[in-house]
Amino acid sequence: MRALLMKLVVFATFCSVFLLTGCERPPMDSVQHGYRGTGMVEIYNPRTVESQAENNTVPFALPQAPTDGPRAGQVYKNVQVLGGLSTAQFTRLMVSMASWVAPNEGCVYCHNPVNFAEDSKYTKVVARRMIQMTQHINTDWSSHVSNTGVTCYTCHRGNNIPKQVWFKRDDTPMGSDFIGGKAGQNEAASSVGLSSLPNDPFTPFLLGSQDIRVNGVTALPSGNKHSIKQAEWTYGLMTHMSTSLGVNCTYCHNTRSFSSWEGNPPQRATAWYGIRMARDLNLKYIEPLQGTFPAHRLGETGDVAKIYCATCHQGVYKPLNGAKMAQDYPELQKVYSTKPEPSKAETAKSSIKVSTR
Amino acid sequence: MAQYQNLFTTVQVSGPVSEGIPLSKGNDPRIIKPFFLHLAGRIGNAQIGPLYLGTLGVASLIFGILSINIMGMNMLASVNFSPIQFVRQLFWLALEPPAPIYGLHFPPLNQGGWWMISGLFLTISILLWWARTYRRARELGLGTHVPWAFTGAIWLFLVLGFFRPVLMGCWCEAVPFGVFPHLDWTAAFSLRYGNLFYNPFHALSIVFLYGSVLLFAMHGATILAVGRYGGEREIEQIVDRGTASERAALFWRWTMGFNATMESIHRWAWWFAVLCPLAGGIGILLTGTVVDNWYLWAVKHHVAPPYPIVFPNVIDPATLPGVKP
Repeated sequence: MRALLMKLVVFATFCSVFLLTGCERPPMDSVQHGYRGTGMVEIYNPRTVESQAENNTVPFALPQAPTDGPRAGQVYKNVQVLGGLSTAQFTRLMVSMASWVAPNEGCVYCHNPVNFAEDSKYTKVVARRMIQMTQHINTDWSSHVSNTGVTCYTCHRGNNIPKQVWFKRDDTPMGSDFIGGKAGQNEAASSVGLSSLPNDPFTPFLLGSQDIRVNGVTALPSGNKHSIKQAEWTYGLMTHMSTSLGVNCTYCHNTRSFSSWEGNPPQRATAWYGIRMARDLNLKYIEPLQGTFPAHRLGETGDVAKIYCATCHQGVYKPLNGAKMAQDYPELQKVYSTKPEPSKAETAKSSIKVSTR
Repeated sequence: MAQYQNLFTTVQVSGPVSEGIPLSKGNDPRIIKPFFLHLAGRIGNAQIGPLYLGTLGVASLIFGILSINIMGMNMLASVNFSPIQFVRQLFWLALEPPAPIYGLHFPPLNQGGWWMISGLFLTISILLWWARTYRRARELGLGTHVPWAFTGAIWLFLVLGFFRPVLMGCWCEAVPFGVFPHLDWTAAFSLRYGNLFYNPFHALSIVFLYGSVLLFAMHGATILAVGRYGGEREIEQIVDRGTASERAALFWRWTMGFNATMESIHRWAWWFAVLCPLAGGIGILLTGTVVDNWYLWAVKHHVAPPYPIVFPNVIDPATLPGVKP
């Protein structure tokens, strides 16, 4: 009897230890950021935060380049986007880009070493569009990126292709169309934090603009036709956002009602713009590049790698821990005209013109 | 030497197997030749069998096995018939109810049709099992408390998978068959209908759930504690109150001023257990049909209190004019 009991105790201990290996070890840091007693608390694992430090270190910036002198567009051939930069700025950005996106391959990742102006490599065509995208984000999406801005490095971090991108899921049922349909869910998908939620919530929300809000706006039914299944898709997207930002639901939402804006942290509005930004970028910049990419860069349904929250955020709520890296790169801050940089007097004149118009 | 003291001692009584009472006309013979199992004796009665299967039992098992096989084959097909992936991903796999576009119509097999068939068979199986518990209770000359308690669970099951989807006009509102998927469904249900914690029937259901647990622990502990006075012979103590019963009653009266009786404690437990799915089922049935957003309902009826504004000036961007897109 005693021997059996001992065996049972040993077995139970083993089982509990085994089960606990699935957990993160304490202690955790918690930060209250809402009214007391309402559960508005962010939980951080200090060890996870520490392990993310390296990935979020901003690379050394080259010294600022003079903005005067001849324009890049005048000196070099086939400079379609950055022609308005000074040659020094242009070179500075090219060298930085090589270190951000192709640190091993260098210039030849995009350029034909014999003729740098040539567009023979697809990577160059893509890179040009990506520079335009970066400028578009920094000029038109301050609602999401504020004055922090983005650079190529925000997503690329030394990789040819950002580590976290998404493709459309191949939802063709296995074998036949007769049995085993998954309805786009029910597998341990990392895109939704290993839950069984719909694992491609990005196609409807970050490419399409399906309703993310499923809650009714009145207490009693008044025509809200959203189903529980739709709620699961929203839930999938939100799980992705929470994992890719390394935060709880309460980082953006109050604990009582996910739909209500009362008592919500301002981050929810930032995230709202973020969803629209990802959709805008995917539609305007990423999807049209589908034909440019070679087949081996495409997903299982032949689609191009697309942007979602994790592409920039990579597990932290402010990419690069909020470092204002983009401020070191005025080259990416706005769309430059190909005309020479106007002198100060001219700038003043033109601004008056604008105001009188 | 070990002594036989009461049912909770570790000494197992073994003797000739008990065949039970003879069954009346129209009953099938019982199956499984009775035998003793020591390990079973450690947690209950050491005798296993005989078992009454009968027509209802066989019919219930056939429908149940069919239903579970449909679920299992769908899950297996969804991992391309790989047994390894089936085991690895078992908790994630599911048989999903039809998509919203099909409403209350019968969808193609692979888009919820299998779910409909499986659900129908499962319902038939459960109802047959209910009839079986009723008939067995009657055959033994018992009251029908067990079948009626089972009705509580069946009510919740039917509300989730039948009554509510029909009232909502869509089978898509029903629960998927799968371990994690049905839990995700539960969370999504609460998310869709504005936080189920503000549903008073949900709250009541939780009261009865935790209440049942508490009552079970209190009653179990009380009987174990008076086992040394023969307290485990509860049925005898109901009609012939002995010192065990007296002491148990005194303990609770001294502790909290009131005590249940040997009989009433079992009615308490029965009602707490039955009211858990009963109240829960009402709460589910009202959700979406009568109330669309429980949080707003709670605000309207002053159940959800207002809190001081910690983040002023946070505005829903969707309501701002000129916000793109």
